[in-house]
Amino acid sequence: MITVLANPQRFLAFSRVAAPILGVLAAVSCLAALWLGWSVPDDYQQGSTIRLLFLHVPCAITGMFIYACLAGSAFFGLVFRHSLADAAARAAAPLGAAVSFLGLVTGSFWGRPMWGAWWVWDARLTSYLILFLFFVGYMALQASMDDETKADRASGILALVGAINLPIVYFSVEWWKSLHQGQTLFEPGKMAAVYEWPAFLMLGAFYAGFGALWLVRIRGEIWRRRAQALAVQGSR
Amino acid sequence: MSGFSVLFKRELAMAWNRGGGPAVALAFNVCAVTLLPLASGASLDKLKLLAPGFSWVALALASLLSLERLFERDYEDGALDLLALGPAPLELVALAKCLAQWICTGLPLAVFAPVAMTALGAPMSLAPLTFLCAVIGGLGFAFVGGVGAAVSLGARAGGVLIAVIVLPLFTPLAIFGGGAIAGLSMGLDWTSGLLFLSAYSLFFVALGPFAMAAACRNALS
Repeated sequence: MITVLANPQRFLAFSRVAAPILGVLAAVSCLAALWLGWSVPDDYQQGSTIRLLFLHVPCAITGMFIYACLAGSAFFGLVFRHSLADAAARAAAPLGAAVSFLGLVTGSFWGRPMWGAWWVWDARLTSYLILFLFFVGYMALQASMDDETKADRASGILALVGAINLPIVYFSVEWWKSLHQGQTLFEPGKMAAVYEWPAFLMLGAFYAGFGALWLVRIRGEIWRRRAQALAVQGSR
Repeated sequence: MSGFSVLFKRELAMAWNRGGGPAVALAFNVCAVTLLPLASGASLDKLKLLAPGFSWVALALASLLSLERLFERDYEDGALDLLALGPAPLELVALAKCLAQWICTGLPLAVFAPVAMTALGAPMSLAPLTFLCAVIGGLGFAFVGGVGAAVSLGARAGGVLIAVIVLPLFTPLAIFGGGAIAGLSMGLDWTSGLLFLSAYSLFFVALGPFAMAAACRNALS
């Protein structure tokens, strides 16, 4: 599928249809998840704050997913020298920074009533903060270079070096004694079924929303680069 | 191998002679270590809890200082172009630069680290482990910093940008190194922290030169 979409024309045609579909899917899933989230019963231990699970966990998982997409696009851009892959990486970075920041903030709001602290320096939180800082560093590096191709290559290398953080974030709750909750969502039977529906619906909404926004942003990148090329041509 | 020794001697000479070499980094470390007790106004017994951690922070920040000049100097006067065209691969050049950086800046800072810690009130029994961790950590700081410096070649606003890029990569070194020393001071296990620190440093010694060479080639193209 990636080789099919590598052609910009085909990508534009594909995303013209796919982006609105994903957007509608995201909106519907989000509304359904929110409605379910408000109507589920309170948790016997956490009370009403369990509802933050339906916001915090999808944010956090999507943040990591976006970094994986960023690193994958950067890899394709570096290895195959494909400018569409570079455009995809550039487009994904602000989305990833925003979502992972939301993940940190919603987690902080959940931590205050549950743990009594806005922030703790345990393995999961620290490595997730580093993930956020990698997004920021990526965007900072790109913004600071004038030559766009060089900026894409250099920040691609940085994105790949930072990809080492992804397994660290994922396994941090297993490798270290962490205050943060361990693997619950994807282990069958560990979470009450009535909570699973809104959580997975919201996760699907975030994934679909990211897909829609990413496609739209890549389209914008393609047009921007074309406009730049035309401007350069016109000035000759 | 003679190519490597020529490159290495050149990098050592550049790191030692120009820019003040280890003296500047040591002076910075002294100033940073001085700031903590002055800013917190704490007595020695309160400071000694923070001493291992803070001497690591000072080590990391002092390693950041000379990073900007690592590739920038050769990039600006065209020497990096010549090195890229020469018989030695750019990976070897990057390796020589980072090793010279470690020997000229990292090792003197590693010798100073136990002094800094003792000045901040930590017991002398922690000194050997601090020195060992600072030596290995200095290697990690040099190579990780080298990746950050190479990646931001040709960027505007060099110094702060390198810090923003490199500090997230420094955090595991700080966590493991500081954790090992803190473990020893509390009588807990310190070997695992030391082993993880060594693993992280050696990982970047092995793979860093490839990333640095790719970044240099990108900047030169």
